[in-house]
Parts: sequence; structure tokens; C-alpha cells
Amino acid sequence: MVAIDRIFLHERTGAAALGSLKAAGRAVADPARVFCVMDHIVDTRPGRGDQTLMPGGQAFITETRAAAHEAGLTLFDVTDPDQGIVHVVSPELGIVLPGLTLIAPDSHTCTQGALGALAWGIGSSEAEHAMATGTLRIARPHTMCVRFTGTLSVGVTPKDMILALIARHGAGGGKGHAVEFAGDAVTALDMEARMTLCNMATEFSAMTGMIAPDETTYAWLKGRRYAPQGEDWTRAVAHWRTLPSDAGATYDAEIVIDAADIEPMVGWGTSPEQSVGISGAVPVDAGERALAYMGLQARQPVAGIPIDAAFIGSCTNGRLSDLRRAAALLQGRSIAPGVKALCVPGSSAVKRAAEAEGLDRMFMAAGFEWRESGCSMCFYAGGESFPAGARVVSSTNRNFEGRQGPGIRTHIASPEMVAASAIAGMIADPRELAR
Amino acid sequence: MTPFTRLTAIAAPLLRDNIDTDAIIPSREMKSTGKTGLADGLFAAWRYLKAGGRDPDPAFILNQPYYADAHILLGGSNFGCGSSREHAVWALAEYGISAVIAPSFAPIFAGNCTRNGIVPAPVPATAIAEIAADGGPVTVDLPSQTVSLADGRSWPFEIGGEAKAMLLEGLDAIDLTFKHKADIAAFQAADRMARPWVYFGDIIG
Ligand code: SF4
Repeated sequence: MVAIDRIFLHERTGAAALGSLKAAGRAVADPARVFCVMDHIVDTRPGRGDQTLMPGGQAFITETRAAAHEAGLTLFDVTDPDQGIVHVVSPELGIVLPGLTLIAPDSHTCTQGALGALAWGIGSSEAEHAMATGTLRIARPHTMCVRFTGTLSVGVTPKDMILALIARHGAGGGKGHAVEFAGDAVTALDMEARMTLCNMATEFSAMTGMIAPDETTYAWLKGRRYAPQGEDWTRAVAHWRTLPSDAGATYDAEIVIDAADIEPMVGWGTSPEQSVGISGAVPVDAGERALAYMGLQARQPVAGIPIDAAFIGSCTNGRLSDLRRAAALLQGRSIAPGVKALCVPGSSAVKRAAEAEGLDRMFMAAGFEWRESGCSMCFYAGGESFPAGARVVSSTNRNFEGRQGPGIRTHIASPEMVAASAIAGMIADPRELAR
Repeated sequence: MTPFTRLTAIAAPLLRDNIDTDAIIPSREMKSTGKTGLADGLFAAWRYLKAGGRDPDPAFILNQPYYADAHILLGGSNFGCGSSREHAVWALAEYGISAVIAPSFAPIFAGNCTRNGIVPAPVPATAIAEIAADGGPVTVDLPSQTVSLADGRSWPFEIGGEAKAMLLEGLDAIDLTFKHKADIAAFQAADRMARPWVYFGDIIG
């Protein structure tokens, strides 16, 4: 049994969990430590309210709101300045901290392991269990260390690191392990980059991903709203310094990757493991089904595949630094004719910060739409999608069949590659633009 | 939750690796905020001819008459990967699936199964190929942790002790945990002294 320190809910499943808890006559034991966001199906078009393009979606919003209020939870509502995608908002506000256990009925909760927390995704029943009892009953996970040694080449991002890992070791490669990302190339990353890396631990079938907290972590957290203050801060940091794995610690499994070997990656298929470097091609032995769905052929080079749409956003790559790097490539350029492109900031705070530095104008000048924050077209709930059958380069984390809408072909990549591809009208290497 | 001990049934083979929960139940099929009314949306993108439609695709395994009564699924490795949506398991349970046999499972999906009376039974891919080739009824026996065929071929599978106990007895995990209420309160009191920043106010529950 593990004590649970923080719980997040969202409007896609929050009402079901809270409703079922109430129906069983149970209360939320410690509502002050349960937070709820509106992110998954909220509209992202300007001037939004509770109405959403998903048929029946409004009920998810209003019922979750009512249930959250009734249970006394902290709610970041649709028009709240703190609204945003759960895994962007929680670190931003300092709700997740090193050494905490944090859960949410969302598989990308592992993102928050970037701060040295044990953070993982659960189902609704487990969320109910944690809310009612303050605990979860879990089997101790096996441990794995993924060590990225050396230095990343210029123009290569944490998105490329995680895609390279999954491409080499398979979408099942993490086998339910708690994965620690370590090595020089990891400690060199800033906090937002670390979140991108941990975000896709679930695509590796890991229970969670985490990175040892260090000075980068403490400096980033200091002063955030829910982070400890004053005397508590000093005590907390002293405690956090005891958390990292001992030098020479052993793990149930270890993987070492030379960061210098990684080039910008892009997905070609319908599983994140079906990804290759930008200089590569669709593999010779690519499965028929994935090829048919994606409309590609074996041996076809990935660079140059024509695209219909481009998406920048999500809990993987929707933070301020992601938007900055994409905007820098878009500056003074336009997206190719016929390409639908949009940028959806990961949180309302990211949106405000981006607007304060003029990133919104850079995106729009290049031909991108600029949206309110939310999960948006990272996934399809029956509402908004791309044109039927469109081929989309996307800074998101999943390329499953139908993930972004029926028949939509998703190529996952870094925000830089999405920007470069939007400009070229085809999958393109962002390093060529940067030169 | 209905207890599970032993089940003999036809097993429908869906032998693809990385079958994700978006495939098991597309997000657009999660139409209400509750846990029911999901069986129709199970495998919707594969089961029906058109997205959002309800005309069965005769090529899909569950639409074939022989598998109409399948209560077991045979899957590929990393079964249930992707979104944590428990709706995938609610949809399977409502449709009538009580066990999934696959070489490996995504961890969140396996946890969701055991909380909803579905046995996730991991057996090697070679065994799954034999079971699929046999095509006859399959027995999933939880007490002995085996999957077997009528001719006696049998394979053991692993399942955590707690998950097994919950499935066998149909126990509610929350009730089980409440038996330790005093221990939990004592832990929280001590933890609050050690890590005061973790707590924001009084715990009422
Ligand atoms: S942005 Fe996408 S992956 Fe992230 S929480 Fe939202 S739907 Fe899930």
C-alpha cells in the first residue's frame, strides 16, 4: 500500500469517478490534495465557454464541475487563468514536487516524474480508491535505468531521444517498469525538456518515467504557488537532496544510448515504435496493416512525404520553450499553401507568456491558427478533427489508428520538425531551416 | 464485482501487437459520463464498416458467427497500451469478455481488468499461436493460474497475489483498504511531521 500525495482528475473521466464514489456513499478523504482540470474536450477556439464540438461533451464539463465543487476539490475551470492540460498545469503551479506520489486517470501522468516524483497513470477505479482512502494498493514495480550518455547533437530534442528509445527497444520495451532516465544528456536538459522525455514513458509501456531532482529542479520550482515556502522550502530541499539513486545503484534492467547517435526522429506508422531518423526510410519489413493505414510504401524515405496539416501542442510539446523553438523557425516564413496548421498552448499560462513575447503573432504571420489551451486535436472525441484522411505532422505522443480522427494519419515529431514540415509542405528536417 | 474462478469459452483471436485502448473503445464512443452503454462502441473502428456507423464489418472477428459467443480474447503483446481509459475494460466486460490472453499487457490496462472482474492472463506468444490454431474452447483457471485446451495442453500464467484474491472473491479494493484505516491515519500523522509541505489542511475522511 502506497500513500498518495496528490490526485488529479480531468473532465473526461472526473464525473464518472466522483459519481461512482458518491453512489457508494464514500467521501473524498482529503479534498485539499485533489485537483481537477478542464483540458481534454474543452473547446480551444477563441471566446470559448462550456460548449464544445464533441457531441454531448458539454455534459462532461458541467457534471465534472458540479461534482468537483460538491466534493470540495480545487478546480481549474474552463475560463480560469490556471486552466490547461493537467501535466502542464501541475508542474507550472508547483503542485507536483520531488518525492511525492501523484496519480491521475491519465496515462501521461508519467510526465510529472521529470520533477523527481513518483507519478503514474491509473484507471477510474483506482482514482476512486485513492480519493477514498488516501492510498493505492500496487505491486512494487521492477526498475529500469535508461542512460543517455554524451551530448545531443545540435537540433536534436528530448522528443527525438524518447522516440529513438522506443524505436530501438519497442513500444513494450519498458514492460511495466519504473524507469529512471539518467546520464549526462538527461541532466543537461532543462525542466520542460525533461517533461517531454518523461511524457512518453507510457508509450514505452513503462509504469512511469522519472529523473532525479537536482539544482535545475529546485531553481525551477522555487516560488511556485503550491511549492513549499520559507522554512518549509529549506527543509524540503534538504529532504529532496536525499532522493536520487545512489551512485552504482543496480536496476532490474538497464539500457544505454549514446545521445550523439540520435538524429531528429519522425513516426511513420501507427505505433510510436514505428519511428525513424529523418534521414531514414520506411523499413523494408514494415507491417502491411500500418502501411495501408498510413498510405506509405516500404523503403520510402520519410523526408519529403507530403503533408496536409501540422499540429503543435499537447502535454508532450505544448510548453513555452516548445513554442519558442517552433516560432523561431517560422519567423519570416510562411507555411506551404493548402496546409492547415495550428498551435494550441499547453496551458492558459503558457498562452499568456507566449503572447507577451509575441509568439502568437509569429505563428499567425506564418499561417498557423492560434488557440486557447487544451488537449485539442491531440486526440479525437468525436468533435474537431482534421479533414478526412489528412496526413498530419504532430508534436503529440500517439499515432494510433484514428487517434486524431477517423482515418487521420499522424506523424509524431518534435515541434521543430512540425514547423519545418508545415513550411515545406512535406516532412522536413528542421536543421536545414535553422542553418 | 462478480467473482471469477474458472471459465471455458471460445476465444476470439485478435493477434496484433500493441492493441491500444483507443482501438478497444474509441474516445468518440465514450458518450456519457457513466460506466455503462459502452459495449456497442467496443472495437468500433474495426467492428463497423463506417466510422460512427453501426453496420457490422463481416471481416471483423467478433462479427463472425463462430465467435458470436466468445467470452475470451486472444491478443498480441503489449495489449491495452495507450490511454488509461477504464472504459476499455468496462466495454469489454459489458460485451461479455471475462478474460484476455496475451503475451504481455500494458500495466494500467491490466490493473483496470482486475478491478472489473476480467482476468489478464499473460502466456507466451507461441502458446497463443497454438490456442488460436486449435480454435476450440479454452479454459482459464484462476486458482491454478493456467490456460488450457480440451486436449490437455496447458500453460501457466502469472498474476499478482492481490489481483488474484480480488478476482477470486469479487472483493472491493476500497473495503479491503479501509480495514487499515488506523494504520493509514498513523502514517499520515507521522508523515505530516516529517514532510509538512506535502499537506495543505486537515484530512476529513
Ligand atoms: S494532450 Fe493528448 S496525451 Fe496529453 S493529456 Fe491531453 S489528450 Fe492526453
